[in-house]
Amino acid sequence: MIPLQVVAIAFTALGALAVVLARDIVRQAILFSIYGFSLVALFLVFQAPDVALSSLVVGGAAYPLVLVGAIARVRAMQKRDAE
Amino acid sequence: MSRQLRTGLFLVSALGLGALLVWGLVGLHSFGNYPGPYGDLISSLTKPQRHTANAVTAVVFDYRGFDTLGEELILFVSAGATAMLLRETREYDVSDIVDPVRSDATRAFGALAAIVLFVLGLNVVAHGALTPGGGFQGGVVLAAAFLTVFLAVEYHAFHRLAPAWFSEPLESVGVGSYLVYGLVALAIGGSYLENVLPYGTWGRLTSSGSIVLLSWASGLAVCGGFLVIFGEFAQENMAARHRRSK
Repeated sequence: MIPLQVVAIAFTALGALAVVLARDIVRQAILFSIYGFSLVALFLVFQAPDVALSSLVVGGAAYPLVLVGAIARVRAMQKRDAE
Repeated sequence: MSRQLRTGLFLVSALGLGALLVWGLVGLHSFGNYPGPYGDLISSLTKPQRHTANAVTAVVFDYRGFDTLGEELILFVSAGATAMLLRETREYDVSDIVDPVRSDATRAFGALAAIVLFVLGLNVVAHGALTPGGGFQGGVVLAAAFLTVFLAVEYHAFHRLAPAWFSEPLESVGVGSYLVYGLVALAIGGSYLENVLPYGTWGRLTSSGSIVLLSWASGLAVCGGFLVIFGEFAQENMAARHRRSK
């Protein structure tokens, strides 16, 4: 295993742990995005550029965005109900 | 259930799962040591058999093309389900909402990034048979170009560029042409999704026969599917904003 691979694995593990340990749901979504990018780096250093490309958009941007969108919507509804 | 009982239950199951995991890991081959024949076979066969430079794309759209059709149908169904669920509850027409990003610099660079992403997406789809990438990867990059317009430029511009009447047919045409090509190949070659087109010269844009065609089909399908999902979520959030401003 080359050092770069070790770093990528460690970074991904840390990212996954951070997502699980975060209590605030918005922070969790943002941390998931960072975790998604660390996965991209992992795929890249393990010579899987095809997977890295799709993971880049899906894990790094699209999924967190849909999450944040859903959270914003739910919060807006809660706010309306409280009024 | 009391806290103690829950912790105890967790410890027992975590221990069991951990033991299973370690047992499984011990039996694995050492790192970087690939024992199976399929990977080596595929990488040595794709050039003589299909004139394809990127073995991954040859697997995805030819040797395992039927599997990819299933994956595309999953995306098709989930995009449709998202649209059905969210459209049901929408109370306002938000197509006229003007919600520009306030920073001019962000808008300028966002628009530039969207153009670059769009070209990159087309490039990734077109070169699927040659370099890393292909229909799925290129499709999500294309959708990300539109998404960048929403995030960094303006909602109205995104809505005008990728309205539902555009993204829905785009997705359907993509999935539909994949299906139809399968039937055509069935009629000509004798099996579903068989590569019946001329393979061309190795390393050229037109090499690999039907792989290029199916790559474009799934590129359209994936781009359309993601645009449907993004569009629904964007409209949903704009509807919330609409209500707040009234």
